[in-house]
Amino acid sequence: MTRRRTALALALGTTLGLAIAGANPSAAADPVRIGDINSYTRMAAFTEPYRMGMELALAEINEAGGAGGRMLELVSRDDAGEPGEAVKIAEEMITRDRVALLSGGFFSNVGLALASLAEQRGVLYLAGEPLADSLVWEDGNRHTFRLRPSTWMQAAMLAREAAASGARRWATIAPNYAYGKDAVAAFKAVLSELQPEVEFVAEQWPALFKIDAGAEVQALAAARPDAIYNVTFGTDMAKFAREGEDRGLFEDRLVLGLLGGEPEYIEPLGEDAPIDWLVTGYPWSKIDTAAHAAFRDAYIEKFDDHPRAGSLVGYNVIKAIGALLEKTGGDTATDGMIEAMEDLTFETPVGPVTFRAIDHQSTMGAYVGYTALEEGRPTMRDWYYADGADYLPDDEAVRARRPAE
Amino acid sequence: MGLFVVQFLTGLSGAASLFLVASGLTLIFGVTRIVNFAHGSFYMLGAYLALSLIEALPVPRGTWGGAPFWAAMAAAALGVGLIGVLVETIVLKPIYKAPELFQLLATFGVILVVQDAALWTWGAEDRLGPRAPGLRGSIEVMGQRMPVYDLLLIAVCPVVLAGLLLLFRTTRWGILVRAATADRQMVAALGVDQRWLFTSVFFLGSCLAGLGGALQLPKGGADLAMDFGIVADMFVVTVIGGMGSIVGAFLAALLIGELRAFGVLFFPESTLILTFLIMAVVLVLRPQGLLGRAEPADAPGHDAEPVRPADRTWRIAVSVLLAALLALPMIADPFVLVLAIDVLVMALFAASLHAIMGPGGMVSFGHAAFFGGGAYAAALAVVHLGAPMTAALPAGVVGAALLAAVIGFFCVRLRGVYFAMLTLAFAQIAWSIVFQWTEVTGGDDGLLGIWPAAWAADRTRYYYLTLALVTAGIAFLRFAVFTPFGRGLRAGRDSPVRAEAIGIDVARRQWAAFVLAGAVAGLAGGLYVFAKGSVFPDEMAIPRSFDGLMMVLLGGVNTLSGPWVGAGVFTSLQDWLSRMPFWRLTLGCSIIALVILFPQGIAGFVRQRAHRHRDRGS
Repeated sequence: MTRRRTALALALGTTLGLAIAGANPSAAADPVRIGDINSYTRMAAFTEPYRMGMELALAEINEAGGAGGRMLELVSRDDAGEPGEAVKIAEEMITRDRVALLSGGFFSNVGLALASLAEQRGVLYLAGEPLADSLVWEDGNRHTFRLRPSTWMQAAMLAREAAASGARRWATIAPNYAYGKDAVAAFKAVLSELQPEVEFVAEQWPALFKIDAGAEVQALAAARPDAIYNVTFGTDMAKFAREGEDRGLFEDRLVLGLLGGEPEYIEPLGEDAPIDWLVTGYPWSKIDTAAHAAFRDAYIEKFDDHPRAGSLVGYNVIKAIGALLEKTGGDTATDGMIEAMEDLTFETPVGPVTFRAIDHQSTMGAYVGYTALEEGRPTMRDWYYADGADYLPDDEAVRARRPAE
Repeated sequence: MGLFVVQFLTGLSGAASLFLVASGLTLIFGVTRIVNFAHGSFYMLGAYLALSLIEALPVPRGTWGGAPFWAAMAAAALGVGLIGVLVETIVLKPIYKAPELFQLLATFGVILVVQDAALWTWGAEDRLGPRAPGLRGSIEVMGQRMPVYDLLLIAVCPVVLAGLLLLFRTTRWGILVRAATADRQMVAALGVDQRWLFTSVFFLGSCLAGLGGALQLPKGGADLAMDFGIVADMFVVTVIGGMGSIVGAFLAALLIGELRAFGVLFFPESTLILTFLIMAVVLVLRPQGLLGRAEPADAPGHDAEPVRPADRTWRIAVSVLLAALLALPMIADPFVLVLAIDVLVMALFAASLHAIMGPGGMVSFGHAAFFGGGAYAAALAVVHLGAPMTAALPAGVVGAALLAAVIGFFCVRLRGVYFAMLTLAFAQIAWSIVFQWTEVTGGDDGLLGIWPAAWAADRTRYYYLTLALVTAGIAFLRFAVFTPFGRGLRAGRDSPVRAEAIGIDVARRQWAAFVLAGAVAGLAGGLYVFAKGSVFPDEMAIPRSFDGLMMVLLGGVNTLSGPWVGAGVFTSLQDWLSRMPFWRLTLGCSIIALVILFPQGIAGFVRQRAHRHRDRGS
């Protein structure tokens, strides 16, 4: 209830002026406007935590007197999950709201459309959630940066663990669209390099959010794999997990779940959550480093709800922008911001993160571990933080995939 | 062997939800002739209501522990039935007399309202359904495991079918329903109170959708994407079975369920395309579905008054509008131009759809194929051939025209809803080709960096280019209506038999109109790509087709100005409302209000008022 009311209060204003007047006399300069575009209606369960994370970071920065001597102000809009709509909104933000930079995007296609527009209009775009590898590689451009660990990085995290498991016969199941295809391709590439003798004995491609779970499970079982690499998510994953359980697919098999440990994915499953799957995710209740505990406590205090993976990304997006403005001294000229953003290192609840100059990808990582149920609540066990910097291809491979500037 | 048997049983259980939802839809269509797009929303509401009831009802100890679960299922179905009645009474009843298919627009409004109402009530997080008490776990079938609940689902289909058939054979109400499905006018002439009959059919149809949603809970859950998730499937099943035929829906659900189960086994990547491929094949071979009746060849009912050239007042109004559009860059800020380009492109798209819907009488549910087709043809010319914009825009027109020639060839032989559904099927097939042919089209990551040539890169210049081409396109379509070609097309719409008799090849003319409309939609698509800089398969998908339908219907399908008036109102309304929280609720309510206030569409209403005024004055 609180969350909904917060969302309403936030949205009602569209423009969030959280600047506290007079908190710091040096912040007399105009606030820096950030244009946030996200799929707040289409993917509310994922984007609301993101919005709350942003709000927390924004309040922290402004209460401390702003960044680079300037307050931050957020202009937030819903793209309804449509790239064309997102481009229109971005045009409005650039021309009418005079935002200093763009941020956000949930779906990869929205992120890619915004990246293309940012390059054309000469505006900096910091992509938060979009996962597509091509956003910083094949379709990468000078004006676009990305925070979240990409599909490749998360797949590589699982592939390294998979290589150590000794499983030979692998089956994959992934939603039939770019994210699923990328996730399987990256996993195969990294795993085959580490373990040349692995075999891929089955590939299933259910339509996104339309999985025929029973039929898919049966088809996977027929291939008799040692291990299964699962990229489905949301309702697809819930159905897949339940059918797999009922039909005994997971017995004596290693199962991997890309992003499967993120609270957004696993918590709705409650007691039905699959256990002992090797996943990437975010065990928010168990990370007790000082930086993370402070973030978690402040978040719970502010929203009466716990953080999710999206909260962390939203929070870090605003913190990154804060660090960027500190570095430029509050100057928002695009070229200067791009230069400052390259190799920018800033502190986050999960540790220091750097935006690489070579491809504008951040080194934010993810947590790798096994799913577990504790007191009826899904969480992760035996997890560790996988630093994103360790899971990117070498520079030569990156240069081969990214167009030269 | 065991694998095939179990896969077969899995297919049967997958058919259960499809059949329940589709049987309700086909029932409603058969009696009321309403194509109820909101039927998927009833399915979603069934799931959510059942879930809430299961959580709310206390669980007694002992053998009756499962009772609340099943009671909740039944109550949810009845509850959704009541919601159906509410929707029928408030939204549809006032517009039964409106032109055919106009009710579509109202059901779009209902979808939007239910979307936000559900978000408000149940929150954004996906809900996992509880397992059915007493039916957990699985049994062994020929060495393979089969969940017990699937067996229940397998049994549900024939039981519901038998119940419905019994109802129709033995009760007076059932006989009336069958009579109304066969001949609505005759039933009315015999003195049956149609209003009551329609409402009760809506109740039963919605109940079935709600039951379908509730019964799938133990296999999945409730989430906000369920309504759109089922909408295409339920229409496919209904249409393959034959609109109005319950037994047909049953057969079609089994067919789709089985082909999907085995499709997954043998062609894992076929999941996107399979359903629509089946529908296309069935409709090409049997234009009225498996068990449907052919629509009467000379269907009476297109009661449109003939279109007339614009009168003086209207010409002055349009001239003033054009002058204002020409002056726009001087008086408005840059974003208004961005928005104006969007509106203009959509106006052209809507006008092209109207060209086949209005004068042609062919309602297409798949017109986005040509908008997106043109967009992709233009974008591919730029990306793969390095074509300049001046060559890419014509490439978009030609590409869309070719696509329309192929699709139109198969479609124009069909009538009414079957025509609409075949266009939808082909549009989806085109969409999935673009979506999956990653090497060429970029898949759903799209094609990027397609910006106007240097001379038109400036926003004002691109605006003028768009304005010029859109105005020319709309003027051309308008002109075509008054040519002998256009008159023949209208004759074919109003009376195909008589048109044939005086020597008009109706099918060929409709095909030509289809290609023409496709080409113009392709121009709109091309302009759209260069305005946005990128293109994604979304531009060919069902929502884009529905946008077009909404604009045409909102403006008024029986007026020539309707499409661009509708595009202007719809696009501006959406842009304005989407700044607010729960904007879909507001947009949905606005659409419903407009539908009830202006059953002839906005432009139709204005024309009617103007004529009335003139008649009174003379």
